[in-house]
Parts: sequence; C-alpha cells; structure tokens
Amino acid sequence: MTEASPAKPYALHLGVIALLFALSFVLPDYHHGLLARIMVLAVFAMGYNMLFGYVGLLSLGHAMFFSAGLYGAGLTVYHLGWNVPAAFAAGLACGALLALVIGLLALRTTGVAFMIVTMMFAQVFYLVILYFASWTGGDQGLVVQQAARVLVLGSGSLDLTNPTVRYMSALALFSIVLLVTLAIVRSRYGRVLVAIRENEERTKMLGYDTFSNKLIAVVVSGTICAASGAAYALLFGYVGSSFASVQYSILPLLWVLLGGAATTLGPLIGTLFMYYVIDITSGFTSAYLLIVGIALILLVLFFPKGILGSIRQRWLGWLP
Amino acid sequence: MMPLLTTKGLSRSFGGLRAVDGVDFALMPGEIRAVIGPNGAGKTTFVSLVSGRIQPSSGMIVFDGADITNLPAYARVRLGVAYTFQITSVFANLSAYDNVALPVQRTLTDGRSKGAVRTGVMAALERTGLAARAHMPAGQLSYGHQRLLEVAMGLALKPRLLILDEPTQGLADSEIDNFIQLVREIAKSATVLLIEHNMPVVMQLADRITVFNAGRILAEGTPEAIRANAEVQQAYLGTTP
Repeated sequence: MTEASPAKPYALHLGVIALLFALSFVLPDYHHGLLARIMVLAVFAMGYNMLFGYVGLLSLGHAMFFSAGLYGAGLTVYHLGWNVPAAFAAGLACGALLALVIGLLALRTTGVAFMIVTMMFAQVFYLVILYFASWTGGDQGLVVQQAARVLVLGSGSLDLTNPTVRYMSALALFSIVLLVTLAIVRSRYGRVLVAIRENEERTKMLGYDTFSNKLIAVVVSGTICAASGAAYALLFGYVGSSFASVQYSILPLLWVLLGGAATTLGPLIGTLFMYYVIDITSGFTSAYLLIVGIALILLVLFFPKGILGSIRQRWLGWLP
Repeated sequence: MMPLLTTKGLSRSFGGLRAVDGVDFALMPGEIRAVIGPNGAGKTTFVSLVSGRIQPSSGMIVFDGADITNLPAYARVRLGVAYTFQITSVFANLSAYDNVALPVQRTLTDGRSKGAVRTGVMAALERTGLAARAHMPAGQLSYGHQRLLEVAMGLALKPRLLILDEPTQGLADSEIDNFIQLVREIAKSATVLLIEHNMPVVMQLADRITVFNAGRILAEGTPEAIRANAEVQQAYLGTTP
C-alpha cells in the first residue's frame, strides 16, 4: 500500500480471473459445479474479510447479511414473482439496510462485546426466519423454481440453471467483487481502514471520524455478503434457514483465516482449500472431519497468517 | 492581537483527584510556549483536554475565536489542533510513508492543502530527515526516528497549533540539537505548545513558559523570569534554596 506501481497486483488479479474463466472449459461436470459454488461463497468470504481483515472487527454474525441477500432475493422471486435483476437488487438492498442498522448499534461496542452483539443479532435474524415459516418455509426452506431463474436480456434469455451460464454468472460476480475489493484496499479509504485496525485512538488524532469510517465498512461488507447470498438463491435455487445459522457466521471467518486475512485473494484460496479438503477426505473415510481438523492445526502452526498472508510475509511483499 | 487558544476555568477530575483545576490559559499565535511542572502536575491532562482526547469536567476551550469545548477530537484536528503523543504511537506495521500519508490525505480531503499525497508525504519526511527510510515499517525504525516520524505526522496535518508532548524523551544529545532546529522551523508556520522535562531544551526554545503544579498554573513568564521565580524553585525542589 505504498502507492507502488499498481501493474503487478492488477495483472495478478486479472490472471486469476482468466484462469477461472479457462477452467470452465476443462473441468469435469462435478468440479465445474463445485467451483461455481465456491466462487459465490468466496464472495461471502471477501465481504467478511473487508471488515475482519482490513478494519480488524471480528463479527460472529455475518450469516445474517448473507441470508438477508438470500431471502431478499429468494422471497421476492418466490412470492412476488420479481425478475432476476430486480430480485438481486432487492437482496443487495436488504443486506445494505440491515448492515446500516446493525452497524449503528453494534459499533458502539468493540472487541469481544462486538462479537457477542453481532452473534446475538444474527441469532435473532435466524429465529425470525423460523418464526415466519409460512413465508420463509422455516427450516425446510424454499426451492426457487427453474422457470423463475431465467435472466431476460432484450430478446434473448439466459437460463441460470444451465451449468455454463451459472458458472459464468458466478465468475462475473466474483470478478467484480474482487476488483472492487482490490480498488478499495489500495485507495485512501483502505489506508484509513488499516489505520483503524492498527490503532484507532491514533487515527482519531489524525482527524478521522473513525465511527463513520467503520460504519461505511460494515455497510460495504454487509452488501458484499448479501450479493453472495442473493446470487446463491438465484443460481442454486435453494433458500434455507441453515444459511442463517451460527455455522454460516463462523465459516467465512475460517475461510478468511485459512486464506489469509487482509489479503484480497485469501478468501478465494481459503474457501477453495476448505471445500476441497472436505471433498477429498470424505471420499476416503467417514471420519473426514478428523483429517480436516488436523489439516487446520498444521496450517495454523506453519502458516499462522493464513496461506496467502504467510506467502506475503515471507516472499511476496507486494501482494495486496 | 487575539489569542489562538484560550481556556477558561478548565477542570478535569479523575475520581477525587483534580488533575486540572480551574486553568485559565491563553496562547498567542506564533509563539512557542513550553509547559513544565513536576510529575503529576496535570500537564498531559491539560493538553489532552485541549486536543479533545478527554472531556473536561467543567470549563471552556476557545480556539481561534470558536468554542470547541464540545467538539470531538477528530473535528478539532480538522480545525488545526494537532497532537503528538508522549508515548510513541506510530502505526508500527505500516511503512513510514503510510504513516505520514494518513494525515496528508486528511488535509487534502479537507481542502487545507493541495497537490498529490506523494508530494506532501515526501515533503514532511524530508523536513524530518526520514525520506530515505520512507518504505521501512515504522516499528523497525530506531526510537529517535520514531519520535521524528511522530513529528512528521503532526506536521503533515498542517496544524495551526502543534502540541508536542515530551518530544525529546529518549533522544540522544545529538538528536536533540537537530530537534531544536526542527521545532524552530515549525514555529515559523504554526504555534507550538511544548510539554518538556529537558530544561536546556525549554530554555532555548520557549518564548514563554507556563509552570503547572497540582493541576493549577503556578507561574507564567519569560524563561528568565521563570528561572528566577522562587515559587517555581520550591515546586521543583521541595524547599526554598
């Protein structure tokens, strides 16, 4: 972040996007579908990383932002018959609004209190979903029908249930969020966020209103997570309350820690790694969680800053 | 001439302790004012009240004719009140460049300066002699350089009032000489309020000296007058020599 030549990081990120694009044509069906899902969930992790990695705020309630997008998009399609772009926008709006309200309340606390407050709000959100089961489908969830998941573009139309269209849509969302994240963390605003993480008191004494800056970060983070949720509803057609459970608040934290907090590509690497470790080990044994646990312990021992974080520290200092 | 900074009856208590007790203080634009006093006299509390890091129990603070008593710290910084920390408080994991870029981009956003971030940063680093170390993480700089970086960050805020809280603490004698030069230069464009224990530094730099004792102003005057003041000697030495 020393305003060095921006060419290298941008080349790297465009390279990653190009690689993911190329993979679409060579991957077998199973991995093709899995990677599409991973890209959507990596967006969730990137949204989480925005707040946790760069601002240093550890939230245990980000499942609510993901599911705000999920239900915002899912319910408008299911009950109101909205088209895909409108439903996606509804998901984003729900996430942004929720993040604004939660941010205003939760940012009055810091540290452990912030973790607990965000977790409690997420739990409330989860219970609200279960309470209004007649609309949300409760713990059964809702399945968005194939007919509703068609993106009409002028005279043509794109069927989001088609594997290639789904993969490319996931890739498009992933790419946009990745480049937006990169631009934010390299901007002046990104520098202020890191300063708040490092020493909030000092940042105030440099003339920064840290509360407003943190609030903006919560809204950006919540909106990105909602984008992931909305895309999930529209691309995979399932809207369920399990996505609002505490497990889905902890998963993005895990993905980010694995990949490297405060690295732009870390969330993708972490999500990819977790999915494939589970995928591969569960093929061999039913005790796969044991192996996953051991893998995580080894990672923490040898890559304490996450995969990309440690690589940056040891070899590639220019990584954003 | 109107004072740049005035406080009226400024007080702050911590429990039963009146750390700052009804201080009436005025600072003229362009002066270098030293604040001295024994440990626990309330000097740091006083400048923390001025900078907005802590809220007063009572009293009022006026900066450039405007009441700033209820403004949060960040808003006072934007008005031109800069504070450099007594305990070095640079961003250890960020480069020296980024440390200074934060205040520079702040003044650019506020329209108090013009140009590019890079120019402003390098100018502040050059003034403090740190330009060659721009890309080192601040935490790896020597202690003296961290103190200078702290000053560079204060400078980059384009302050009208720069509060330096024990800036020479922990510096070697050779570094102190350079530091005195630096403060003289800063004083050409800003008013300086200096808390300092090192008496030679105070005597060389200050136009006027304010002596604190037990939360109150004990004496105020030119360096010569303060040196000759019997009450000040008593506060420092405990007895009249």
